[in-house]
Amino acid sequence: MSINAKTEFEPKIVALCCNWCSYAGADLAGSSRLGYPANIKIIRVPCSCRVNPMFILRAFEKGADGVIICGCHPGDCHYSTGNYYARRRMTLLFSMLDYIGVEQGRTRVEWVSAAEGVKFGATMNEFAAKIHSLGENVRLGDLRCRN
Amino acid sequence: MQELGKRASELLAAGSVARVLGWKTGDLAWGPVPAYFENEEQLSELVYNGFCGANLSKYMIEASKLKGKTLVFLKPCDTYSFNQLIKEHRVDREKALIIGVGCHGKLDIEAIKKQGIKGIESISEEGSELKIKTIYGDKSLDYNLALLERCHVCKGKEHRIYDERLLESKETGDKERFAGVNEIEAMSPEEKFAFFQKELSKCIRCNACRNVCPACSCRKCVFDSNKFDSAQKANVDSFEEKMFHVIRAFHVAGRCTDCGECSRVCPQGIPLHLFNRKFIKDIDQLYGEFKAGEDAETKGPLTDFSFEDAEPGVVAERG
Repeated sequence: MSINAKTEFEPKIVALCCNWCSYAGADLAGSSRLGYPANIKIIRVPCSCRVNPMFILRAFEKGADGVIICGCHPGDCHYSTGNYYARRRMTLLFSMLDYIGVEQGRTRVEWVSAAEGVKFGATMNEFAAKIHSLGENVRLGDLRCRN
Repeated sequence: MQELGKRASELLAAGSVARVLGWKTGDLAWGPVPAYFENEEQLSELVYNGFCGANLSKYMIEASKLKGKTLVFLKPCDTYSFNQLIKEHRVDREKALIIGVGCHGKLDIEAIKKQGIKGIESISEEGSELKIKTIYGDKSLDYNLALLERCHVCKGKEHRIYDERLLESKETGDKERFAGVNEIEAMSPEEKFAFFQKELSKCIRCNACRNVCPACSCRKCVFDSNKFDSAQKANVDSFEEKMFHVIRAFHVAGRCTDCGECSRVCPQGIPLHLFNRKFIKDIDQLYGEFKAGEDAETKGPLTDFSFEDAEPGVVAERG
């Protein structure tokens, strides 16, 4: 146990944002001075379809307490159809994670366009609150990755 | 069994095929192994009995690269896998002469042992009875009690692809296919986690489930990558166990024909089909009923989409 151990639980949340919509949405949220928790770490991906199921599992391994995937609204994908494929994949993966006992609230997909800075901020606040209430991810973490 | 050998030697002699892909007796009487036969003499070793559960369709990937045609014996459920491999351009239909063989359900030595029969020396089939010779004397067992799990939820005894057919089949499906999945879904998250923890901690990462799976046919596998830190070694912790099995099942989602080979070969007896069947159940519910391998043309559910698909939030709503 480190002497700097925090007494209060601060969730670590990974947000995988698509380059064309959600990342720009996050940018807009920032430039509009809309607050969202600092627990959210954004990773930019070319498209929500780029998200490999392994990314999500790895994030949990390395200690993330929640993972959210943001992409363009269905029909607005920069690559026309990427998010439709991502939608099917993520639905199946989340269902599988639920099946092996990882709480449903820890994973989420949200469609955020480049103009929706407000939605981005609100979604992230809501998601962080949800993870806060669920507590630490103990099911999928790798003990070796804990500090 | 004689019919199979006879037809195979006829075709070999006529030069229609260069080799035969079938089963021959392995080290143990209840473990026939897949084998190639290239001449009459070798063909005398060909066997086809209740323990020939091995799905030969995956061997056709390599056989498609050989010179000449290969005669392959496929059971009804194996033909689904073969169709799926044609769809994925992994086998060459022109290089295969498929003889669809009848199936009375395949036997599981573990199921026999579970009935309390020990010290088995030999097993013979007599109608709907199994005569088992053990070191403690002769025993008999109902054939249905010794079936593999997959045969209790049989897809049907119709060959989806074949050139010729031999032997009769017998219906064996008598259980609900998704019963196991439903049971787990009804558990609380803690119970689910405990259940999979218990099952998956047995995994020794022998990769047998991956190697035997007819849908797992990538030339380069993610689990063999040097950058993947759990490659070629036993799982270190519960995360690696789960990641391997979730990703393995995910990679075959929408392509898995539910042939049950993964569970059959698992040396640790992990019910791996529970992962694959969960995906199948979800796909059926969300994207319409889909049977992988029913034909060689239809698009798989994960390589297709519709504008009205359910949002991923549906998982949480469903509860």
